[in-house]
Amino acid sequence: MAKPKVAFYWCASCGGCEEAVLDINETILKVAEAVELVLWPVALDFKKKDIEAMKDGEIAVSFINGSVRLDEQEEWVKLLRKKSGLIVAFGACAHLGGIPGLGNFCTKETIINRAYKEVPSLDNPKGVVPQVKTTLNGYELTLPEFYDTVKTLDQTIPVDYYLPGCPPPPDLIVNAVMAILKGELPPKGTVLAPNKALCDTCPVKDSKPEKLTITQLKRPYELKIDPDKCILAQGVFCYGPATRSGCGETCIRANMPCRGCFGPVDGVVDQGAKALSMLASIMGVDGEEKMSDEDVKKLVSQIVDPAGTFYRYSLPSSLLRRKRIA
Amino acid sequence: MSKNGFEPKIVVFCCNWCSYAGADLAGISRLKMKPQFRIIRTMCSGRVDPALVLYAFNKGADGVLVAGCHPGDCHYGAGNYKARRRMAMLTNMLTQLGIEPARLRLEWISASEGPKFQSTINQFIDQITQLGPFNKAKEAVGAK
Ligand code: SF4
Ligand code: FES
Repeated sequence: MAKPKVAFYWCASCGGCEEAVLDINETILKVAEAVELVLWPVALDFKKKDIEAMKDGEIAVSFINGSVRLDEQEEWVKLLRKKSGLIVAFGACAHLGGIPGLGNFCTKETIINRAYKEVPSLDNPKGVVPQVKTTLNGYELTLPEFYDTVKTLDQTIPVDYYLPGCPPPPDLIVNAVMAILKGELPPKGTVLAPNKALCDTCPVKDSKPEKLTITQLKRPYELKIDPDKCILAQGVFCYGPATRSGCGETCIRANMPCRGCFGPVDGVVDQGAKALSMLASIMGVDGEEKMSDEDVKKLVSQIVDPAGTFYRYSLPSSLLRRKRIA
Repeated sequence: MSKNGFEPKIVVFCCNWCSYAGADLAGISRLKMKPQFRIIRTMCSGRVDPALVLYAFNKGADGVLVAGCHPGDCHYGAGNYKARRRMAMLTNMLTQLGIEPARLRLEWISASEGPKFQSTINQFIDQITQLGPFNKAKEAVGAK
């Protein structure tokens, strides 16, 4: 029997997801033996025309990481959708928009101006900015078009499964690959990670008090986080209550609060709104009846960047998707 | 209707125990109100998940009003205090996302305050009419 064909592709991402593939260590040899890799731009040289020449659905599964912000990325993922039986959104950026999704606080213009004209370390006296088309010595050069708005993978093409995380941890990757090889897959649309909140699996969950309230919010550098105590209970915002588990609690074990990269559990439409709701409900509970509206404003304004905090990984997948463009 | 013909869509979340009764009182007292609002009854203002507000904007609301019992009067004790903190934090977040904070409002309206319901609605609708339509996020430039 012919080996199933597998593709890896990257869009707007940092490259961490590619490393995560290698983090499965020796298992990668087993995978490489069981499948035929037809595309993996970071590691192997394949051309677009090779993929175009394939029959529709010929690739068993394409793992695509990164969010979509260039027309070239849109073209590629649409091509892969046509040629693949299954599409797996690999990592937070493909799944929710991820860190590149924070670009949705800006427009193309503000980003290009910042990067090519305003950054203090810049050496660009002529103010050259990237163009989709340029003519040089009679040759026409082209670059992909940069969009105003970053999109998730499933806002661009239909996606069958999601592997969450920034990046997805090795055990979840291996489980997903094995499930695909064995054909033992859950219903389409499933996020291939436990459907539980991080707090449910957190190593310090037993120290999380039944009634938790925060009056003075602290940032991690302002205190020495006690490794045996719930971080939220120490007054530091931890995204655990509003984030899906499955990451192995690596941040918590490194004494850092969760930042939400796994996205929400099933049924939540807007992860940021849920996290905001959670934090606002536990802030300043003591003496709440004595607070004036002004006091409340001061209290909640301790979160100086609510949109960036709550949508750190999920702005493009949120209900509002981006900052309004006037 | 305003000069330019803009009819705002207003979503009003009313808690079951006070504000919904206040709205009802305004109705049976035949108080005249502008008609461009739809009431959604929730058990408590503390039930109004910030996602519900965002969902309303996403579905085309131009303004969202959340109404609950006066402080100290919430049927469940403290739901309205939670609502107050949530809406305050949400307002900060909306501002960052380029949405006028005036599009979201929280009011305490008791079961006996029919006239307050009336004046709140009329005033809020005027304010949103002034602001104009909620500008939905534009699609990606060049997206096919
Ligand atoms: S809030 Fe954070 S530290 Fe506390 S139990 Fe949940 S995940 Fe663990
Ligand atoms: S029941 Fe009215 S605000 Fe809670």
